[in-house]
Amino acid sequence: MTARWIAILIASVGCYGLKLAGLCLPESVLRHASVQRIAGLLPLAMLSALIAVDLFGANGRYSFDWHALAGVAAASVALRLRQGLLVVFLVAITVSAASRLAG
Amino acid sequence: VSTDGSDSPDRVAGRREVTRAAIGIGLYAGAFGVTFGAISVGSGLGLAQVVLLSTVMFTGASQFALVGAIAAGGSPFAAIPAALLLGVRNAFYGAPIARILRPRGLRRVWEAHFVIDETTAMAVAQPTAAASRYAFWATGSILFACWVAGSVAGALIGRGINPSALGLDAAAPAIFLALLVPQMKRSGAPGVAIAAAVLALALIPVAQPGVPVIAAAAVAIAGGLMPRPPTVRPDAVTVASERR
Repeated sequence: MTARWIAILIASVGCYGLKLAGLCLPESVLRHASVQRIAGLLPLAMLSALIAVDLFGANGRYSFDWHALAGVAAASVALRLRQGLLVVFLVAITVSAASRLAG
Repeated sequence: VSTDGSDSPDRVAGRREVTRAAIGIGLYAGAFGVTFGAISVGSGLGLAQVVLLSTVMFTGASQFALVGAIAAGGSPFAAIPAALLLGVRNAFYGAPIARILRPRGLRRVWEAHFVIDETTAMAVAQPTAAASRYAFWATGSILFACWVAGSVAGALIGRGINPSALGLDAAAPAIFLALLVPQMKRSGAPGVAIAAAVLALALIPVAQPGVPVIAAAAVAIAGGLMPRPPTVRPDAVTVASERR
């Protein structure tokens, strides 16, 4: 079994464990105000960092691709126009692919 | 609110509406699953690994995070915390879901698997406990089937194609952005999002791949522990007026 398989299994079982832990946690803990605030802020901090790393990093170096950036910029316009996730996704890949074709 | 007979017109109409919404969510999940499958094989994962992730991990953001971190290089174990941290919010959905489903004993083991963004949102939006239970299971089962089927299709179609020629390199950050935007209304969100991105960017050249994203959790913890500006609560106003 490769390291990648083991990592996938650990992460999968861990993600399930988090869901189960949530159903088992006493409400007194989850009701705690600062626990709720941290829980609310964690996903958006992660997502924001993921976007930054996806766009400006590769293998521990700064790197940057105009075509991907163009796709994400177009996606942000679609978001501003209140489009759903499916449209945002299609706009991102279409603009990125078209930009790469164009040059 | 109808709690009588199992086939009252209200209840039947309500269920039809919930089912229609669940099918809509299923279609989007299917397309999202195709992307996940294609990005995964583009990042070097095999079909079996894609199937395992979509059936067992079954939480989109974590799956994309894991695959993205694996694609970024470095030890695959460095990808685990990113996936787990993005899965932490599912633990916090436990509170509203536990109140609605009232899970007991071994049922909890099965129900927990379906506690994700969409099922929670659909369940809490219903007027009665019975409707919430129906919405949770209708959304959960349709979404699961579409997500797994889409992932398999994406992995099969994606094999042998160039994801960046199809623009798929822009897909993951665009999807994360779409998931991020609705969360920006939360108190303190813009500051935390900007600080997290700046910290992650600063760590790119000095830390192992995967670490910049994990480090961003510290920003969320700091943001959550920071004292809030004082707000006037209704009970505080009542107490003040009673004293007068």
